[in-house]
Amino acid sequence: MSQVPQITRIQELIYELPIERVMTKNVITVAPDTTMSELKEILRINRISGTPVLEGGRLVGIVSIEDLIKALEKGDIHAPVRERMATRIITVQARESVVEAVKKFAQYKVGRLPVVNEHGDLVGILTGGDITRGLLEAIGLDYHAEEISRYRARHIFEDIVSDRTGLILRYRIKARDFSGGGGASSKIKRALDRLGAPPMIQRRVAIAAYEAEMNLIIHTDNGGELIAEIQPEVIRIVATDNGPGIPDIEQAMQPGFSTAPNWIRELGFGAGMGLANIKKCSDSMKLESQVGVGTRLEIVIKVSPVISSGNSVSEPAASDGKEKP
Amino acid sequence: MKLRDIIRVVEGRVLTEGVNLDMEISCAAGADLMSDVLAFAKPNALLLTGLVNPQVVRTAEMADIAAIVFVRGKLPGPETIALAKEKGIPLIAAPYTMFEMCGRLYEAGMASCDLDSKQG
Repeated sequence: MSQVPQITRIQELIYELPIERVMTKNVITVAPDTTMSELKEILRINRISGTPVLEGGRLVGIVSIEDLIKALEKGDIHAPVRERMATRIITVQARESVVEAVKKFAQYKVGRLPVVNEHGDLVGILTGGDITRGLLEAIGLDYHAEEISRYRARHIFEDIVSDRTGLILRYRIKARDFSGGGGASSKIKRALDRLGAPPMIQRRVAIAAYEAEMNLIIHTDNGGELIAEIQPEVIRIVATDNGPGIPDIEQAMQPGFSTAPNWIRELGFGAGMGLANIKKCSDSMKLESQVGVGTRLEIVIKVSPVISSGNSVSEPAASDGKEKP
Repeated sequence: MKLRDIIRVVEGRVLTEGVNLDMEISCAAGADLMSDVLAFAKPNALLLTGLVNPQVVRTAEMADIAAIVFVRGKLPGPETIALAKEKGIPLIAAPYTMFEMCGRLYEAGMASCDLDSKQG
Protein backbone atom coordinates (compact mmCIF):
# COMPACT_ATOMS: atom_id res chain seq x y z
CA MET A 1 0.00 0.00 0.00
CA SER A 2 2.73 2.46 0.92
CA GLN A 3 4.62 1.87 -2.32
CA VAL A 4 1.89 2.72 -4.78
CA PRO A 5 1.58 6.48 -4.14
CA GLN A 6 5.38 6.83 -4.10
CA ILE A 7 5.73 5.36 -7.60
CA THR A 8 2.95 7.58 -8.86
CA ARG A 9 4.73 10.59 -7.39
CA ILE A 10 7.97 9.64 -9.15
CA GLN A 11 6.09 9.23 -12.41
CA GLU A 12 4.58 12.66 -11.90
CA LEU A 13 7.99 14.13 -11.19
CA ILE A 14 9.49 12.66 -14.36
CA TYR A 15 6.87 14.62 -16.28
CA GLU A 16 7.02 17.73 -14.11
CA LEU A 17 10.75 18.28 -13.70
CA PRO A 18 12.46 20.23 -16.48
CA ILE A 19 15.82 18.85 -17.62
CA GLU A 20 17.57 22.09 -16.59
CA ARG A 21 16.68 21.35 -12.96
CA VAL A 22 18.58 18.07 -12.88
CA MET A 23 21.36 18.44 -15.48
CA THR A 24 25.01 19.12 -14.65
CA LYS A 25 25.58 22.75 -15.56
CA ASN A 26 29.34 23.08 -15.46
CA VAL A 27 30.13 21.00 -18.49
CA ILE A 28 33.67 19.88 -19.01
CA THR A 29 34.38 19.99 -22.74
CA VAL A 30 37.29 19.19 -24.99
CA ALA A 31 38.41 20.60 -28.34
CA PRO A 32 38.66 18.43 -31.50
CA ASP A 33 42.46 18.76 -31.34
CA THR A 34 42.72 17.39 -27.80
CA THR A 35 44.51 14.03 -27.99
CA MET A 36 42.91 10.83 -26.69
CA SER A 37 45.75 10.66 -24.16
CA GLU A 38 44.86 14.12 -22.85
CA LEU A 39 41.20 13.10 -22.83
CA LYS A 40 42.08 10.13 -20.60
CA GLU A 41 43.50 12.54 -17.97
CA ILE A 42 40.51 14.87 -18.26
CA LEU A 43 38.08 11.99 -17.69
CA ARG A 44 40.16 10.65 -14.80
CA ILE A 45 40.65 13.95 -12.98
CA ASN A 46 37.03 15.02 -13.32
CA ARG A 47 35.69 11.53 -12.64
CA ILE A 48 33.47 11.62 -15.71
CA SER A 49 32.86 9.02 -18.41
CA GLY A 50 32.41 11.22 -21.45
CA THR A 51 32.35 14.80 -22.67
CA PRO A 52 31.02 16.97 -25.53
CA VAL A 53 33.49 18.24 -28.11
CA LEU A 54 33.25 21.95 -28.86
CA GLU A 55 34.79 23.80 -31.79
CA GLY A 56 34.48 27.60 -31.72
CA GLY A 57 31.62 27.28 -29.22
CA ARG A 58 29.76 24.88 -31.51
CA LEU A 59 28.93 21.30 -30.52
CA VAL A 60 30.66 19.06 -33.06
CA GLY A 61 30.83 15.68 -31.32
CA ILE A 62 30.76 13.66 -28.19
CA VAL A 63 33.51 11.41 -26.91
CA SER A 64 33.27 8.80 -24.18
CA ILE A 65 35.36 6.33 -22.22
CA GLU A 66 34.27 3.66 -24.73
CA ASP A 67 35.94 5.57 -27.56
CA LEU A 68 39.02 5.84 -25.38
CA ILE A 69 39.12 2.06 -24.80
CA LYS A 70 38.77 1.43 -28.52
CA ALA A 71 41.61 3.89 -29.22
CA LEU A 72 43.78 2.09 -26.65
CA GLU A 73 43.05 -1.26 -28.30
CA LYS A 74 44.20 0.12 -31.60
CA GLY A 75 47.27 1.81 -30.13
CA ASP A 76 45.75 5.08 -31.27
CA ILE A 77 46.11 6.89 -27.94
CA HIS A 78 47.78 9.97 -29.42
CA ALA A 79 45.12 10.50 -32.10
CA PRO A 80 43.12 13.74 -31.84
CA VAL A 81 39.62 13.45 -30.41
CA ARG A 82 38.11 14.49 -33.76
CA GLU A 83 39.15 11.12 -35.22
CA ARG A 84 37.59 9.02 -32.45
CA MET A 85 34.50 11.03 -31.40
CA ALA A 86 30.90 10.28 -32.32
CA THR A 87 29.52 12.94 -34.64
CA ARG A 88 25.91 11.89 -34.52
CA ILE A 89 24.86 13.93 -31.51
CA ILE A 90 21.57 13.38 -29.77
CA THR A 91 20.66 16.43 -27.69
CA VAL A 92 17.80 17.42 -25.43
CA GLN A 93 16.29 20.83 -24.75
CA ALA A 94 16.83 22.40 -21.33
CA ARG A 95 13.13 23.27 -20.96
CA GLU A 96 11.87 19.79 -21.86
CA SER A 97 10.70 17.51 -19.10
CA VAL A 98 12.89 14.69 -17.82
CA VAL A 99 10.60 12.17 -19.51
CA GLU A 100 11.94 13.28 -22.92
CA ALA A 101 15.46 12.46 -21.81
CA VAL A 102 14.35 9.10 -20.42
CA LYS A 103 12.83 8.30 -23.83
CA LYS A 104 16.03 9.25 -25.67
CA PHE A 105 18.22 7.23 -23.32
CA ALA A 106 16.03 4.21 -24.08
CA GLN A 107 15.85 4.86 -27.82
CA TYR A 108 19.51 5.66 -28.62
CA LYS A 109 21.26 3.69 -25.84
CA VAL A 110 23.60 6.57 -25.12
CA GLY A 111 25.16 7.24 -21.72
CA ARG A 112 24.87 11.02 -21.75
CA LEU A 113 22.88 13.68 -23.51
CA PRO A 114 24.21 17.19 -24.17
CA VAL A 115 21.58 19.75 -23.14
CA VAL A 116 21.03 22.77 -25.40
CA ASN A 117 18.98 25.95 -25.05
CA GLU A 118 16.56 27.32 -27.62
CA HIS A 119 19.51 28.78 -29.61
CA GLY A 120 21.27 25.44 -29.78
CA ASP A 121 24.01 26.50 -27.33
CA LEU A 122 25.36 23.84 -25.02
CA VAL A 123 24.10 24.63 -21.49
CA GLY A 124 24.54 21.33 -19.65
CA ILE A 125 24.94 17.61 -19.78
CA LEU A 126 22.62 14.90 -18.53
CA THR A 127 23.28 11.32 -17.42
CA GLY A 128 21.06 8.68 -15.80
CA GLY A 129 22.78 9.54 -12.53
CA ASP A 130 21.71 13.19 -12.83
CA ILE A 131 18.10 12.12 -13.26
CA THR A 132 18.22 9.80 -10.25
CA ARG A 133 19.82 12.50 -8.10
CA GLY A 134 17.30 15.10 -9.30
CA LEU A 135 14.34 12.86 -8.53
CA LEU A 136 15.67 11.95 -5.09
CA GLU A 137 16.15 15.60 -4.32
CA ALA A 138 12.64 16.48 -5.52
CA ILE A 139 11.14 13.69 -3.41
CA GLY A 140 13.17 14.95 -0.48
CA LEU A 141 11.71 18.41 -0.94
CA ASP A 142 8.23 16.92 -1.13
CA TYR A 143 8.81 14.97 2.03
CA HIS A 144 10.03 18.11 3.70
CA ALA A 145 6.96 20.06 2.57
CA GLU A 146 4.74 17.32 4.03
CA GLU A 147 6.64 17.48 7.32
CA ILE A 148 6.21 21.25 7.44
CA SER A 149 2.48 21.03 6.79
CA ARG A 150 2.14 18.45 9.57
CA TYR A 151 4.13 20.69 11.87
CA ARG A 152 1.98 23.69 11.01
CA ALA A 153 -1.23 21.73 11.56
CA ARG A 154 0.00 20.65 14.99
CA HIS A 155 0.68 24.21 16.03
CA ILE A 156 -2.43 25.80 14.57
CA PHE A 157 -3.87 26.56 18.00
CA GLU A 158 -0.67 28.27 19.12
CA ASP A 159 -0.21 30.23 15.89
CA ILE A 160 -3.76 31.54 15.66
CA VAL A 161 -4.50 33.50 18.77
CA SER A 162 -7.98 34.57 19.77
CA ASP A 163 -10.12 34.49 22.88
CA ARG A 164 -11.58 31.26 21.62
CA THR A 165 -10.11 29.40 18.65
CA GLY A 166 -11.86 26.46 17.09
CA LEU A 167 -11.95 24.45 13.91
CA ILE A 168 -15.35 23.43 12.59
CA LEU A 169 -15.67 20.45 10.25
CA ARG A 170 -19.12 19.96 8.75
CA TYR A 171 -20.34 16.88 6.90
CA ARG A 172 -23.65 16.20 5.17
CA ILE A 173 -24.77 12.61 5.85
CA LYS A 174 -27.19 10.91 3.47
CA ALA A 175 -29.96 8.61 4.74
CA ARG A 176 -29.47 4.90 3.97
CA ASP A 177 -26.07 5.59 2.35
CA PHE A 178 -24.63 2.51 3.97
CA SER A 179 -21.62 2.12 1.69
CA GLY A 180 -20.52 5.70 2.38
CA GLY A 181 -21.01 5.22 6.13
CA GLY A 182 -18.02 6.20 8.20
CA GLY A 183 -16.50 8.46 5.56
CA ALA A 184 -17.09 11.62 7.61
CA SER A 185 -15.82 10.04 10.84
CA SER A 186 -12.73 8.86 9.01
CA LYS A 187 -12.02 12.43 7.89
CA ILE A 188 -12.53 13.72 11.42
CA LYS A 189 -10.10 11.10 12.74
CA ARG A 190 -7.52 12.10 10.13
CA ALA A 191 -7.90 15.78 10.98
CA LEU A 192 -7.28 15.01 14.66
CA ASP A 193 -4.23 12.99 13.71
CA ARG A 194 -2.82 15.92 11.75
CA LEU A 195 -3.52 18.21 14.67
CA GLY A 196 -1.48 15.90 16.86
CA ALA A 197 -4.27 14.66 19.12
CA PRO A 198 -3.26 11.70 21.31
CA PRO A 199 -4.30 8.31 19.82
CA MET A 200 -6.69 7.60 22.70
CA ILE A 201 -8.56 10.86 22.05
CA GLN A 202 -8.60 10.23 18.28
CA ARG A 203 -10.11 6.82 18.92
CA ARG A 204 -12.79 8.00 21.33
CA VAL A 205 -13.84 10.80 18.98
CA ALA A 206 -13.79 8.48 15.94
CA ILE A 207 -15.93 5.80 17.59
CA ALA A 208 -18.47 8.31 18.93
CA ALA A 209 -18.65 10.13 15.58
CA TYR A 210 -18.96 6.86 13.67
CA GLU A 211 -21.86 5.61 15.79
CA ALA A 212 -23.56 9.00 15.40
CA GLU A 213 -22.94 8.95 11.64
CA MET A 214 -24.38 5.44 11.32
CA ASN A 215 -27.43 6.52 13.33
CA LEU A 216 -28.05 9.34 10.84
CA ILE A 217 -27.73 6.85 7.97
CA ILE A 218 -29.92 4.17 9.54
CA HIS A 219 -32.68 6.09 11.32
CA THR A 220 -33.31 9.40 9.56
CA ASP A 221 -35.68 10.26 6.71
CA ASN A 222 -33.48 12.80 4.94
CA GLY A 223 -30.09 12.26 6.48
CA GLY A 224 -28.54 14.94 8.62
CA GLU A 225 -25.43 16.82 9.49
CA LEU A 226 -22.37 15.76 11.43
CA ILE A 227 -20.30 18.59 12.86
CA ALA A 228 -17.00 18.34 14.66
CA GLU A 229 -15.88 21.41 16.55
CA ILE A 230 -12.25 21.07 17.54
CA GLN A 231 -10.91 23.37 20.23
CA PRO A 232 -7.62 23.15 22.08
CA GLU A 233 -9.22 21.76 25.23
CA VAL A 234 -12.38 20.11 23.97
CA ILE A 235 -13.87 18.35 20.96
CA ARG A 236 -17.59 18.62 20.39
CA ILE A 237 -19.45 16.36 17.96
CA VAL A 238 -22.97 17.39 17.02
CA ALA A 239 -25.28 15.21 14.92
CA THR A 240 -28.55 16.78 13.85
CA ASP A 241 -31.43 15.68 11.66
CA ASN A 242 -34.98 16.72 10.94
CA GLY A 243 -36.84 13.52 11.58
CA PRO A 244 -38.47 11.24 12.43
CA GLY A 245 -37.38 11.80 16.06
CA ILE A 246 -37.13 9.44 19.03
CA PRO A 247 -40.40 8.78 20.94
CA ASP A 248 -38.76 7.63 24.19
CA ILE A 249 -35.19 8.77 24.77
CA GLU A 250 -34.79 6.82 28.01
CA GLN A 251 -35.74 3.63 26.21
CA ALA A 252 -33.44 4.45 23.28
CA MET A 253 -30.54 4.84 25.69
CA GLN A 254 -31.00 1.29 27.03
CA PRO A 255 -28.22 -0.90 25.64
CA GLY A 256 -29.74 -3.41 23.25
CA PHE A 257 -32.92 -1.45 22.53
CA SER A 258 -33.19 -1.04 18.78
CA THR A 259 -35.66 0.06 16.15
CA ALA A 260 -33.30 -0.69 13.29
CA PRO A 261 -34.65 -2.56 10.28
CA ASN A 262 -33.50 -6.11 9.62
CA TRP A 263 -31.36 -5.32 6.61
CA ILE A 264 -29.14 -3.07 8.69
CA ARG A 265 -28.83 -5.74 11.39
CA GLU A 266 -27.63 -8.17 8.78
CA LEU A 267 -24.90 -5.72 7.91
CA GLY A 268 -23.67 -5.74 11.50
CA PHE A 269 -25.35 -2.59 12.77
CA GLY A 270 -28.49 -1.57 14.61
CA ALA A 271 -28.01 -3.75 17.66
CA GLY A 272 -29.01 -0.96 19.98
CA MET A 273 -25.49 -0.38 21.24
CA GLY A 274 -24.73 2.86 19.40
CA LEU A 275 -25.88 5.37 22.00
CA ALA A 276 -24.37 3.31 24.81
CA ASN A 277 -21.06 3.24 22.95
CA ILE A 278 -21.19 6.99 22.36
CA LYS A 279 -21.86 7.59 26.05
CA LYS A 280 -18.94 5.38 26.99
CA CYS A 281 -16.57 7.32 24.71
CA SER A 282 -17.69 10.79 25.75
CA ASP A 283 -17.15 12.98 28.77
CA SER A 284 -20.68 14.27 28.39
CA MET A 285 -23.51 13.56 26.01
CA LYS A 286 -26.81 15.28 25.42
CA LEU A 287 -29.65 13.81 23.35
CA GLU A 288 -32.70 15.90 22.49
CA SER A 289 -35.45 14.73 20.22
CA GLN A 290 -39.00 15.56 19.24
CA VAL A 291 -41.12 13.18 17.19
CA GLY A 292 -41.84 14.65 13.77
CA VAL A 293 -39.33 17.45 14.27
CA GLY A 294 -35.85 16.00 14.63
CA THR A 295 -33.01 14.92 16.85
CA ARG A 296 -29.89 16.64 18.15
CA LEU A 297 -27.07 14.67 19.70
CA GLU A 298 -24.18 16.50 21.30
CA ILE A 299 -21.06 14.67 22.41
CA VAL A 300 -18.23 16.34 24.31
CA ILE A 301 -14.78 14.83 24.64
CA LYS A 302 -12.19 16.70 26.69
CA VAL A 303 -8.67 16.94 25.43
CA SER A 304 -6.24 16.99 28.27
CA PRO A 305 -3.58 18.23 28.07
CA VAL A 306 -4.18 20.65 25.20
CA ILE A 307 -4.22 19.23 21.69
CA SER A 308 -1.54 21.51 20.31
CA SER A 309 1.28 20.45 22.59
CA GLY A 310 2.27 17.90 19.97
CA ASN A 311 4.53 14.95 20.74
CA SER A 312 4.81 15.54 24.43
CA VAL A 313 1.16 14.66 24.97
CA SER A 314 0.69 11.65 27.19
CA GLU A 315 -2.34 9.42 27.38
CA PRO A 316 -4.93 10.58 29.92
CA ALA A 317 -3.87 9.46 33.38
CA ALA A 318 -7.13 7.67 34.12
CA SER A 319 -7.04 5.46 31.02
CA ASP A 320 -6.47 2.00 32.44
CA GLY A 321 -7.28 0.26 29.18
CA LYS A 322 -10.90 1.27 29.39
CA GLU A 323 -12.30 3.78 26.96
CA LYS A 324 -13.55 6.34 29.39
CA PRO A 325 -11.43 7.89 32.11
CA MET B 1 1.52 -12.86 18.75
CA LYS B 2 2.92 -12.00 15.34
CA LEU B 3 0.52 -11.76 12.39
CA ARG B 4 2.66 -14.41 10.67
CA ASP B 5 1.90 -16.90 13.48
CA ILE B 6 -1.80 -16.04 13.47
CA ILE B 7 -2.02 -16.78 9.74
CA ARG B 8 -0.30 -20.12 10.31
CA VAL B 9 -2.64 -21.08 13.18
CA VAL B 10 -5.85 -20.25 11.29
CA GLU B 11 -4.44 -21.51 7.96
CA GLY B 12 -5.28 -18.14 6.48
CA ARG B 13 -4.57 -16.42 3.21
CA VAL B 14 -3.65 -12.72 2.97
CA LEU B 15 -6.00 -10.78 0.67
CA THR B 16 -4.13 -7.46 0.74
CA GLU B 17 -0.58 -7.45 -0.59
CA GLY B 18 2.34 -5.75 1.08
CA VAL B 19 1.39 -6.79 4.61
CA ASN B 20 3.92 -6.60 7.43
CA LEU B 21 3.77 -10.17 8.71
CA ASP B 22 5.92 -9.32 11.72
CA MET B 23 3.29 -6.94 13.08
CA GLU B 24 2.58 -7.68 16.77
CA ILE B 25 -1.09 -8.30 17.60
CA SER B 26 -2.00 -7.73 21.25
CA CYS B 27 -5.36 -9.50 21.52
CA ALA B 28 -8.26 -10.87 19.50
CA ALA B 29 -12.03 -10.41 19.36
CA GLY B 30 -14.68 -12.31 17.43
CA ALA B 31 -17.84 -10.42 16.49
CA ASP B 32 -20.43 -9.92 13.79
CA LEU B 33 -21.85 -6.88 15.52
CA MET B 34 -19.86 -3.80 14.70
CA SER B 35 -21.11 -1.92 17.75
CA ASP B 36 -19.72 -4.72 19.90
CA VAL B 37 -16.38 -4.31 18.19
CA LEU B 38 -16.47 -0.56 18.81
CA ALA B 39 -17.40 -1.20 22.44
CA PHE B 40 -14.72 -3.66 23.47
CA ALA B 41 -11.95 -3.81 20.90
CA LYS B 42 -8.56 -2.58 22.05
CA PRO B 43 -5.95 -0.86 19.86
CA ASN B 44 -3.72 -3.27 17.96
CA ALA B 45 -6.30 -6.04 18.13
CA LEU B 46 -7.23 -8.77 15.68
CA LEU B 47 -10.87 -8.94 14.58
CA LEU B 48 -12.44 -12.25 13.58
CA THR B 49 -15.72 -11.76 11.76
CA GLY B 50 -18.16 -13.30 9.32
CA LEU B 51 -19.10 -9.89 7.91
CA VAL B 52 -17.36 -8.83 4.72
CA ASN B 53 -18.82 -5.40 3.91
CA PRO B 54 -16.70 -2.21 3.83
CA GLN B 55 -18.09 -1.15 7.21
CA VAL B 56 -15.97 -3.86 8.80
CA VAL B 57 -12.90 -1.99 7.60
CA ARG B 58 -14.38 1.35 8.69
CA THR B 59 -15.04 -0.08 12.13
CA ALA B 60 -11.49 -1.38 12.30
CA GLU B 61 -10.19 2.04 11.28
CA MET B 62 -12.14 3.84 14.02
CA ALA B 63 -11.19 1.33 16.71
CA ASP B 64 -7.51 1.12 15.64
CA ILE B 65 -7.85 -2.60 14.94
CA ALA B 66 -4.65 -3.95 13.40
CA ALA B 67 -5.95 -6.77 11.15
CA ILE B 68 -9.14 -8.61 10.16
CA VAL B 69 -9.68 -12.36 9.66
CA PHE B 70 -12.79 -13.48 7.75
CA VAL B 71 -14.16 -16.79 9.00
CA ARG B 72 -15.70 -19.76 7.15
CA GLY B 73 -13.87 -19.01 3.90
CA LYS B 74 -15.87 -15.83 3.30
CA LEU B 75 -14.37 -13.43 0.80
CA PRO B 76 -14.94 -9.67 0.74
CA GLY B 77 -15.76 -7.75 -2.44
CA PRO B 78 -13.36 -5.39 -4.22
CA GLU B 79 -14.81 -2.36 -2.41
CA THR B 80 -13.88 -3.79 0.99
CA ILE B 81 -10.40 -4.79 -0.20
CA ALA B 82 -9.79 -1.37 -1.74
CA LEU B 83 -10.76 0.40 1.49
CA ALA B 84 -8.54 -1.93 3.54
CA LYS B 85 -5.58 -1.21 1.26
CA GLU B 86 -6.22 2.52 1.53
CA LYS B 87 -6.30 2.31 5.33
CA GLY B 88 -3.40 -0.16 5.56
CA ILE B 89 -5.43 -2.81 7.38
CA PRO B 90 -4.47 -6.41 6.43
CA LEU B 91 -7.36 -8.71 5.45
CA ILE B 92 -7.04 -12.48 5.88
CA ALA B 93 -9.40 -15.22 4.70
CA ALA B 94 -9.46 -18.48 6.66
CA PRO B 95 -11.52 -21.67 6.26
CA TYR B 96 -12.73 -22.45 9.81
CA THR B 97 -15.88 -21.43 11.69
CA MET B 98 -15.72 -18.57 14.18
CA PHE B 99 -15.81 -21.10 17.06
CA GLU B 100 -12.97 -23.20 15.71
CA MET B 101 -10.94 -20.13 14.76
CA CYS B 102 -11.23 -18.63 18.27
CA GLY B 103 -10.36 -22.02 19.79
CA ARG B 104 -7.26 -22.43 17.66
CA LEU B 105 -5.99 -18.95 18.47
CA TYR B 106 -6.80 -19.24 22.17
CA GLU B 107 -4.95 -22.53 22.33
CA ALA B 108 -1.97 -20.92 20.61
CA GLY B 109 -1.82 -18.35 23.42
CA MET B 110 -3.72 -15.41 21.92
CA ALA B 111 -5.23 -13.10 24.55
CA SER B 112 -8.84 -11.96 24.54
CA CYS B 113 -9.72 -8.31 24.01
CA ASP B 114 -12.58 -8.18 26.47
CA LEU B 115 -10.28 -8.63 29.43
CA ASP B 116 -9.41 -5.40 31.19
CA SER B 117 -5.74 -6.12 31.22
CA LYS B 118 -2.77 -3.96 30.29
CA GLN B 119 -2.43 -5.47 26.84
CA GLY B 120 -4.41 -2.66 25.18
